[in-house]
Amino acid sequence: MSGAVAGTLRFRASAFTQRKLRFERVAGIVFAVMTAAMVVPLVAIVAYLVYHAWPILSLDFLSEVPRQGMRAGGIWSPLLGTVYLVVLSLAIAAPIGVLAAVFLNEYARDNWYTRVVNLAVVNLAGVPSIVHALFGLGAFVMFAGIGKSILAASLTLAIMTLPVIIASTKEALASVPMAFREACWNVGATRWQTIRHVVLPNSVSGILTGVILQVSRTAGETAPIMFTGAVFFKALEPGALLGYGLFDQCMALSMHLFTISTQVPDVPEALPYGTAVVLLGTVLLVNALAITLRVYLRMRKRW
Amino acid sequence: MVTADVHLAVDALRVSYGPREAIKGLTLDVRRGEILAVIGPAQSGKTTLLRALNRGIEDVPGATVGGTIRINDTDTRRLDVYGLRRRIGMVAPLPVGLPLSIFDNVAFAPRMAGVRDRQQLAQRVEECLRQAALWDEVKDRLHTLGTKLSGGQQQRLTIARALSHDPEVLCLDEFSIAIDPVTTMRIEDVLRQLGGRMTIVLVTNLVQQARRLANRTAFVLNGELVELDSTEVVFSSTPASPLTYDYVNGNFG
Repeated sequence: MSGAVAGTLRFRASAFTQRKLRFERVAGIVFAVMTAAMVVPLVAIVAYLVYHAWPILSLDFLSEVPRQGMRAGGIWSPLLGTVYLVVLSLAIAAPIGVLAAVFLNEYARDNWYTRVVNLAVVNLAGVPSIVHALFGLGAFVMFAGIGKSILAASLTLAIMTLPVIIASTKEALASVPMAFREACWNVGATRWQTIRHVVLPNSVSGILTGVILQVSRTAGETAPIMFTGAVFFKALEPGALLGYGLFDQCMALSMHLFTISTQVPDVPEALPYGTAVVLLGTVLLVNALAITLRVYLRMRKRW
Repeated sequence: MVTADVHLAVDALRVSYGPREAIKGLTLDVRRGEILAVIGPAQSGKTTLLRALNRGIEDVPGATVGGTIRINDTDTRRLDVYGLRRRIGMVAPLPVGLPLSIFDNVAFAPRMAGVRDRQQLAQRVEECLRQAALWDEVKDRLHTLGTKLSGGQQQRLTIARALSHDPEVLCLDEFSIAIDPVTTMRIEDVLRQLGGRMTIVLVTNLVQQARRLANRTAFVLNGELVELDSTEVVFSSTPASPLTYDYVNGNFG
């Protein structure tokens, strides 16, 4: 039956209906094009970078240190520096952020203190990274006397990621229905028992996703580490896992990319492209991990 | 003078949510071992009364409480709040299965009170599920999620959980609002069996449910007690207040 009707009108469409249907088609196309416009640049960037970086990409490129004034060799030193900065800054920011969010969402009453804290969180998240950099320079490097070091840079990055971790953790906690908490309180469970046995087990995946997403942001930032711990060049043994100390300065991927692209003459073309591919690859990998976690969370949803 | 069989004594209770006064000086007593039904239209303060009984009201932002509630002649505010809540079982209008296994749902309260012994827990869980008329349906899948049960089963699970900390008072807030009539009847049978062994406060919108179950019935309106008497009197043709007559006979307003 549908075959016989196809192509003919089942009813006399009024001018208004026809106009409505025409708009509907156009709207669908416009939205589809806009969505595609978002994917195209990403694919183009990745393809362009990989194409130019191809000659240099190898495992040796990862484990070799820069040589000949950064005109040859690999990217081990900046890669290791970035890993140090990311791990250390999250090790500082994640516990503080998660615990603060638990307090704000589970314990705090709605009073002026909570409101001030929430306002601070929102505004801190909106502060440009260069301002964080200057704050880090003043507070950690100079005032606290840590000096330009991995520690100072990680603290600066931690301050920068803290509000975002607080916000994402609060959201994960708030997704656990209030009725569960009330049911626990009604049988005489304390707040902490409720959090420990019901709220956290059901929001931990969401909390982790939020924290992991901060890895990619931390790895990509240049400004906050430029004044607080990252350097132009630092000699390192190839493949040395413990190449840096806590109070050493370090190289970082984002900074290294900037350096070899603009500050060093006669760098072979593939080198900055290779660095960019590694940086981008790391970020995409970490994001993929976060997405996998979220899918897993949805699959084992328990109510 | 306080008579010996008064279990809960509510005296001049006032509760406000910000500027809105939900309960305006309510005084009533609940006798030991009775089923007391609390009826009244929406916004009359029934749910608030229950929340005040176990001090759950203190977790509501902006709520202020005045007056006193005594349990066995002790002011509830002088008791440890967690201990008080274990003495008062609370069943909410919508069934709440915690996102835990059926076993863990019922074992939750004993565990939070420090019970560790597995055998003791297993015994307690079976006892409570039997009391809530749920044991036969779930005994073979105690370790599946409580949240995957049907609405009626979850409500019985909620009752089993409310019994799991061995309360002396059981409060139910419109327990039948989200479940089918057959399950409602089964739970009513459960309550009849529990009646006498524990004190039951039953808030309900179904006046006939109060008539079927309660020894005494309280009619509240706009946060004030209109009448509290034996169920026969409240549902007779001559209750003390004409308002009560109108409400239970469905020609209110």
